[in-house]
Amino acid sequence: MADLLFEIGLEEVPARMIESAEAELRRRVVDLLMRERLLENAVTNAFSMPPAFTVRSFSTPRRLAVLIGGVDTQQKDIVEEVTGPAVKIAYKDGVATPAAEAFARKSGVAVADLKTVTTPKGEYLAATSVKAGRTAAEVIAAELPKEVGAIYWAKNMYWRAGKPERFVRPVLWLVCLLGEEVVPVSFGGKTAGRATFGHRVLSSGEPFEIESPESYAVQLEGEYVLVDVEARRHKIRKALDHATREVAGARWREDEALVDQVTHLTEWPDVLLGSFEPEYLALPEEVLVTVMRDHQKYFAVEDADGKLAPHFLTVLNISTDENSAAIIRQGNERVLRARFNDARFFWEFDQRVPLVERVKLLENVTFQKDLGSYATKSERVRGLAAAFAERIGETVDAAALDEAARLAKTDLTTELVKEFTELQGIIGGLYAKAQGISQIACDAIYDQYTPASMDDGVPRSVEGALLGVADRADTIAGMFGLGMEPTGSKDPFALRRAANGIVKILAETGLPIKLDRIIVAAAKDGATADKMRGFFRERVEFYLREVRGQAYDVVKAVVAAGSDDVRDVVARAEAVTHVRGGDDFRAVSAAFKRMKNILVQAGFELPGLGAVAGGGAEGDAEGALMRKFGVIDAKVRELSSQRAYRSALEAIATLRPEIDAFFDQVMVMDPDLTVRNGRLTLLAMIVASFSGIADFSEIVTAG
Amino acid sequence: MQATKEKKALTFQELLFTLQKFWAERGCVLQQPYDLEVGAGTMSPDTFLRVLGPKPIKIAYAQPSRRPADGRYGENPNRLFRHTQLQVILKPPPERVQELYLESLVAIGIDLREHDIKFEEDNWEWPVGGAWGVGWQVMLDGQEITQFTYFQQCGGMDLDPISGEITYGMERIAQFLQDVDSIYDIVWARDPDTGAEMTYGGVRLHEEQQFSAYSFDYADVEKLWEHLRLYEAECLALLSLAKTVVSEENADALAVKRFPTMGAYELALKCSHTFNLLDARGAISVTERVGVMARIRNLIVGVAKVYAEQGRVVAAGAGA
Repeated sequence: MADLLFEIGLEEVPARMIESAEAELRRRVVDLLMRERLLENAVTNAFSMPPAFTVRSFSTPRRLAVLIGGVDTQQKDIVEEVTGPAVKIAYKDGVATPAAEAFARKSGVAVADLKTVTTPKGEYLAATSVKAGRTAAEVIAAELPKEVGAIYWAKNMYWRAGKPERFVRPVLWLVCLLGEEVVPVSFGGKTAGRATFGHRVLSSGEPFEIESPESYAVQLEGEYVLVDVEARRHKIRKALDHATREVAGARWREDEALVDQVTHLTEWPDVLLGSFEPEYLALPEEVLVTVMRDHQKYFAVEDADGKLAPHFLTVLNISTDENSAAIIRQGNERVLRARFNDARFFWEFDQRVPLVERVKLLENVTFQKDLGSYATKSERVRGLAAAFAERIGETVDAAALDEAARLAKTDLTTELVKEFTELQGIIGGLYAKAQGISQIACDAIYDQYTPASMDDGVPRSVEGALLGVADRADTIAGMFGLGMEPTGSKDPFALRRAANGIVKILAETGLPIKLDRIIVAAAKDGATADKMRGFFRERVEFYLREVRGQAYDVVKAVVAAGSDDVRDVVARAEAVTHVRGGDDFRAVSAAFKRMKNILVQAGFELPGLGAVAGGGAEGDAEGALMRKFGVIDAKVRELSSQRAYRSALEAIATLRPEIDAFFDQVMVMDPDLTVRNGRLTLLAMIVASFSGIADFSEIVTAG
Repeated sequence: MQATKEKKALTFQELLFTLQKFWAERGCVLQQPYDLEVGAGTMSPDTFLRVLGPKPIKIAYAQPSRRPADGRYGENPNRLFRHTQLQVILKPPPERVQELYLESLVAIGIDLREHDIKFEEDNWEWPVGGAWGVGWQVMLDGQEITQFTYFQQCGGMDLDPISGEITYGMERIAQFLQDVDSIYDIVWARDPDTGAEMTYGGVRLHEEQQFSAYSFDYADVEKLWEHLRLYEAECLALLSLAKTVVSEENADALAVKRFPTMGAYELALKCSHTFNLLDARGAISVTERVGVMARIRNLIVGVAKVYAEQGRVVAAGAGA
């Protein structure tokens, strides 16, 4: 057994793609070795200590690597007994026919070495063929290039003339060692050797040789490359802590996504603390943080009270001394100053025209060519918001909501939003506040795009929630009305995200509005509303699955019972999930399926809400079920009206003995039509009664 | 402050000389700036048209680039109506082209060990030219100083071989080297006898003031629309004529060779600049915008296709 090291040297890979590519390379190499029977020793000794089979993977912006311990250096031979033609055909008068010769040739043995085997169908020729195992080096050199070429990249490129392959960036070198031997794997015009490169600047720039797979990480560290991602992340976090200590009582703002990003932008990270003039703190924190984080990849620093401090942290891809630290700090500070200056210029410039005066400017900003300008959109949103507010009543400040809706889009005309589009809405809210608009309206404007994603929160106020719902509903209805609904993976107007936002707001705020009311109010006609209903149902399912973690079958079951009231469907899903493991509930679910089947086969439909037609005699199983159902039904209705779905479901589960007895003792399809209809009616009523919570026949019950 | 002041940083013009010399010594043909308004060095025919077809080229030139909407009347220390890009086209890109680029930074006085350099993903796209590529923005101590692109498509056509494009933002680099907060304080030239300095502002401030005023306040919108229509009409007429002239069936090889595709391209560039002026003037609604951009795309992509075809037909004729 030997260790296998494979490294791909690349021009800088986009940070966002590195993590998944590293994982994919690792998976592909392990799968390849498994498939080619090159981890057999390791796998059979899987319980040995230490385990014989180890996998590590590495990445930096300039390399992807995988290191696998315990690889067999040679495939075992495969010995196979192959059956050939019937003896009758293979020999004529004791002489081998062409059929026998062909079989021998195919099996790689001489005709004389062919054997005969007796099968139930008669005597047949057989041969023992030995497929010689290949060396690991042969297999890897032949197969690994295909795996490399198959790695998925979100965006890739051609670089060689004749366009022989595409990859994320040009391949600069390959290293492939099996033990201490080079395996000459070729890809992208390069053939693997043992030479790799260290840090672009800190290392000499000359290639150096990897001695053995185990020494890979250590040797690279000697050339200023921390090839282990977690080690780099750890170093960055510690360096952030360390650099922050220069400011008494300060903390750096935790930002996992940014830590991740800079981890994938560096080979030899270090951190430097810089400062900016405190006068910039007069600008809104949102703007300052966006400039630092999104535009400069700097970490923000806050003081002991959690307030933004006039400092920043930048993660470098180099180690510094006093001299270079001063130069680099100064450079970064100048860049930030220029950016803050720009922001301040825009902030002051924009204030010259207050939002109220910008309403008219929206006439020149097109929302969508067939849906008109943002001015007309704002008018529609005002109408929708007012209609929703009216439904809700006095808990809504309708005047503030209307003002918010009127001004919500005006920040699109400001320079600051043109510069920082990711701050639309937020900037509007900040300007509104600076211009003396009521706090409620300001907050609603500020929160109009919240949630931006499913991980985000929801608007802080009912007005913000209503504005967000009205705005998104208008967009969705408008696009659907033009036949521009999302299809497959295509959703150019991000309508799914918009609908997800509405669903999340309805589920997680107290807004007492149902989806259908929103759809009907926003859609221009019935056909559009119908399309939107299906679309929103899917979004509710998505929300239940992805955000609430509900199982597929539970989602189907509860949505089948209606998804109009989002909070209600969430409550039902959670209740079903809670009780689904219980024996009684499972049995009742199974019985439900059976009832539905019987009803479908009988083509039976409930004539209307009548009393259960008295069918069986008192005391028998049918009567017992009927009586119990009467009690439970009332209880379930009562509990459901209070959204106490868990108790309701537990009550339904108590029907199990009666249901079991019923199916044991009673034949539903009685020849007597009256009796039969009575029984079908009972079943139909049970199904109808409980189907308000979920369609239990959708619940997957084991066995 | 102290560290960079010790040795005198290059003036703006020395910076240009040094980079041009650097690339000339590495085999680049030095071309003069294209004498027409362009929004970026990429739009010069020395990039946009030369990256098409199979012919290798190494070329470098400093291209003044006009972006009317970015004008700030000379009042913003970091924004310009017209800035300077040093454009290097390497077709095909040599191996280890990033190292070559880093050497050019050393040549202009940047000690790589004293700076933080990162190549961060930044893909370039010019939809109007049917062009895109992948690459990086090169960050030097937090400042984007260069755009580095591997062209993949141009004029809607796949490129083979591809080209490497290095675009240096000259003002940014000068600001960085000279450690000044305002572009207008960049030292453009220094008199070798007296040591007197001429600043960027001294050379160009009045241009920024006047061209900002022209594009924001004075440009005659009606006339601009008319210019746009005229340039477009003539360009379209040429493109239409190209269909019959630039063809293998045309026995008149000289007529094929002399067909003025370059002329058509200049008309398309005029349209693009006129569009930018109208845009800065606030004369293009978002609705119209998409439509006008599609019209210009039609011209530019049309020219690229004719250019590629012309190159092919002429090459085939030469071989026959």
